Amino acid sequence: MMPPADDALRTAFTDEWGRVVAAVIARTGDWALAEECAQDAFAVAAERWAVDGVPERPGAWLTTVARRRAIDRLRRSGVEGRALAALSADRTDDREPDEIPDDRLRLVFACCHPALPMDARVALTLRTLCGLEVAEIARAFGVSEGAMAKRLVRARQRIAHTGIPFRIPTGSALDTRVDGVLTVLYLLFTEGYTPSAGPDATRSDLSGEAIRLAALLTVQLPTHPDARALLALLLLHDARRPARTDGTGALVPLAAQDRTRWDRVRIERGSAELRTAVRQGAAGRYALQAQIALLHDEARDAGATDWPRIAALYERLVLVDPSPQAVLARAVAVAAAHGPDAGLAVLDEVRAHPQLAGDHYLPATEAELLRTAGRLGAAADAYRRALGLVRTAPERAHLEQRLAGLDAG
Amino acid sequence: MRYLLLHSQPVAALVDDPGSPPSTWLEETEDVRRGGARLRPATDATAATVRVRGGETLVTHGPFAELAEEIAGYDLIEVPDLDRAIEVAAAHPTLHRGAIEIRPVVG
Repeated sequence: MMPPADDALRTAFTDEWGRVVAAVIARTGDWALAEECAQDAFAVAAERWAVDGVPERPGAWLTTVARRRAIDRLRRSGVEGRALAALSADRTDDREPDEIPDDRLRLVFACCHPALPMDARVALTLRTLCGLEVAEIARAFGVSEGAMAKRLVRARQRIAHTGIPFRIPTGSALDTRVDGVLTVLYLLFTEGYTPSAGPDATRSDLSGEAIRLAALLTVQLPTHPDARALLALLLLHDARRPARTDGTGALVPLAAQDRTRWDRVRIERGSAELRTAVRQGAAGRYALQAQIALLHDEARDAGATDWPRIAALYERLVLVDPSPQAVLARAVAVAAAHGPDAGLAVLDEVRAHPQLAGDHYLPATEAELLRTAGRLGAAADAYRRALGLVRTAPERAHLEQRLAGLDAG
Repeated sequence: MRYLLLHSQPVAALVDDPGSPPSTWLEETEDVRRGGARLRPATDATAATVRVRGGETLVTHGPFAELAEEIAGYDLIEVPDLDRAIEVAAAHPTLHRGAIEIRPVVG
């Protein structure tokens, strides 16, 4: 499908794709059919709205068309029985917009089911909830379009074969399952935390999709503190994005960022969500990370950063999230608060951790601390080790610049 | 949908303590179970594995793979969906030291 030129259609796509797909899955249980019918509905909209104008309730209009297509396709393929009856009998779309059930929460839980491998959860979420094209998703994750298409097909088969249900988990399972969803959204956000290139890539803004979905979760699960804490974290982090790269696309470290370019509206919103989340009892890793992000966002300049408080928050964070990545971040904070040697001592704790072995983050962090400590020879070695492991161009450029900076004295 | 629950237990644990029947669980799941049994531990060499290769029937003693864990039993259940199957499996008392593989039955 070509990207819609018309603004109303584009807005409708962003707002309604997931809802339309979810509505058809809810009534037919057929994921592939739901996507096809949603696509049909938007294609029809692209033709008709230009002539007839934008309908008063675009979501209801689109869902009605998608449902009719689903009925047609099922009839043509000779499917009888309950699916067809359910579609025909449902008068939902004649009701007021507020009364049309929003099945997106059920869709979120199904996409993020623990019985699906993680890469399938991410791909399904992007395709069915966010409406990203298969090619876009493939590009975002550095795989071929064919491979991504296959991944999605296998995921849908798995849902059918293993009987993954289309409903909201109940009872004691809900918290664990929500945590699983938050993990997927967090992954989406961090994968996308690089700027898109070019005007037609705006729909590939994975970070934006993650924020949209996190916001959806807080609307659907308003009393769940962790979902709100994650939303706060994503907003507070994303607020810095305008300053994260310079004009050439090179990475700008936090200390050197032009803070006037930070998005104050997002910071305000993130701060408000965090306040509410904490009031609701959020105290886990997302709440702690959000508090750390807020301390950065509120510092007038790098020198005004409250590093001792940030280091203290990282102490608490590594207790609930003992991932080596959290320890690395803690090392940086401790170094900023108490000097590079203190930070290097923290690094010693995770030097041999297998989870850090294949990435450049450990040697890169080490190199920074050694550089700050004036141990330039050791720093150069560490930068070289990092360069041997780094995988993206902007990060490589940043490390090379740092290494060159050492030689220049 | 029907699912087969394959109860996997560490071999060493089974030798020391084969365990008593999980009567509470059996009671609670009576309406969803369609069959099931405990199996004699394979390490007692009560398992025999059969293969046919090149037209020849080969029988060996023991399980088909020497692993740290073995299948201690099975249950066939009928429930509406996977989440319900997971709930049933998760309530089994032996899960603190083993695992249950949930396999959807074809057809």
